[in-house]
Amino acid sequence: MAILVIAEHDNATLKGATLNVVTAAAAIGGDVVVLVAGSNCGAAAEAAAKVAGVSKVLVADNAAYEYQLAENMGELVAELGKEYSHILAAATTTGKDFLPRAAALLDVNMLSEVTAVVDADTFSRPIYAGNAIATVKSSDSIKVMTVRGTAFDAAAAEGGSAAVETVAAVKDAGLSAFVGEELAKSDRPELTGAKIVVSGGRGMQNGDNFEMLYKVADKIGAAVGASRAAVDAGFVPNDMQVGQTGKIVAPDLYIAVGISGAIQHLAGMKDSKVIVAINKDEEAPIFQVADYGLVADLFDAVPALENAL
Amino acid sequence: MKVLVAVKRVIDYNVKVRVKPDNSDVDLTNVKMAMNPFCEIAVEEAVRLKEKGVATEVVVVSIGPKVAQEQIRTALALGADRGILIETEEKLESLTVAKLLKAVVEKEQPQLVLMGKQTIDSDNNQTGQMLGALTNMAQGTFASEVAVDGDKVNVTREIDGGLRTVALKLPAIVTTDLRLNEPRYASLPNIMKAKRKPLDVTTPADLGVAMTSTLSLVKVTPPAERQAGIKVGSVEELVEKLKNEAKVL
Repeated sequence: MAILVIAEHDNATLKGATLNVVTAAAAIGGDVVVLVAGSNCGAAAEAAAKVAGVSKVLVADNAAYEYQLAENMGELVAELGKEYSHILAAATTTGKDFLPRAAALLDVNMLSEVTAVVDADTFSRPIYAGNAIATVKSSDSIKVMTVRGTAFDAAAAEGGSAAVETVAAVKDAGLSAFVGEELAKSDRPELTGAKIVVSGGRGMQNGDNFEMLYKVADKIGAAVGASRAAVDAGFVPNDMQVGQTGKIVAPDLYIAVGISGAIQHLAGMKDSKVIVAINKDEEAPIFQVADYGLVADLFDAVPALENAL
Repeated sequence: MKVLVAVKRVIDYNVKVRVKPDNSDVDLTNVKMAMNPFCEIAVEEAVRLKEKGVATEVVVVSIGPKVAQEQIRTALALGADRGILIETEEKLESLTVAKLLKAVVEKEQPQLVLMGKQTIDSDNNQTGQMLGALTNMAQGTFASEVAVDGDKVNVTREIDGGLRTVALKLPAIVTTDLRLNEPRYASLPNIMKAKRKPLDVTTPADLGVAMTSTLSLVKVTPPAERQAGIKVGSVEELVEKLKNEAKVL
């Protein structure tokens, strides 16, 4: 049995999410082969070869894969994936975009956001915004799934020495083209990988007030997130959203500021180790999941927190 | 340009779902059902395209039991022109749904297919992409902006790092994210008018699609509960607890 893991990368570096997927693949059992599909992606492939537990790295290096467009990636993964028992990708916006295409081309179903491996055919995943956990057995000849990174530890980034093999196949569907990107630039850690996350909600009142959270975050090396309400209100951009339809985070410490705690938001952060809630409404549902609750006006509490750290 | 919108009948988003005591599934008896919120955004986008003169006809399709006609009528009340129900009582898996929609796409030949990025019951986020693969159409998933431009459509997508815009050849598939638009409410006259709009009923057999299943539900369990902790009296106390008790600072 061999498992194909599709690497998450930006051509230059291997993204941390790949390491969690490798751990999920190891839990299924079998040789773990990593596919790095990109353009001038040699550095990412080298990084993948060093990951502990990886037996082989396949590199598909072509302009057609530069932006990992779903149409091209779907065809490539379906073509290469035929020989594997399982195909895994991270449940990121990239993995979610191309993997269902590959599954459909292979005429198999797919499992999204897998959080536990029961055995080689059986997996658990959240449904209904995390209000229920389904354990599902698949009879498909090839099991295709995205893996929720927070549910699996990261494999060691160093220690492996996998062989790197070049893939000759070039799949260019010619259906779509990259136009442009607006990426958030920040010196703070990435939300999904951060050890500490400070998030703001509707209670922040406007985008300028998030400056208070940035100050706290920079003192403790935290990433800054937001609730859907804060994003919908235009306070901060969409890439900061934590929740069912945003990012799923599980840091050691999650500090929720001015967030009421809608189910939608809880689905994205309730696996955090320690949760702190700061809210002036003591009835806010966020306090039901918080380890430490502070009933206070955030405009007093947050500057005080910054000073106390 | 003809626009096809796929919608699904799901549990109302305000209802908190409960797991059955025997862990066989979630309990949906007597639960309020509604159109999946992401599908509503897809319908709204299609209707706006029609109001702008870009779309000439908006066709709504749903797959499910007879009562799913309610959700099609809702879409018609929001401004869609006609509906198609693929009636089946069977449990639906994404691949089968994509195959059924492919049959509808072949029949209707839309230039644009709009659908929600995921449903709030199964949370799969797969069907649009699968339909794209089966019909060999381009896809723009998690869309926050859609601009039709001649024989292509520019779609701005919400991705993990921010926003990305792609240009897709038409016909194409777009799956909606939350910030694409804010769906309107149907007015009473439009609800009345919707009752007279055409709604065809067909079956998977009519479309030549076999209802196969490869995923079996072993069990459904409630998630691990989190206990509420303690209230602290001050910021100083909070920091002290985080340092010395939780040891996370």
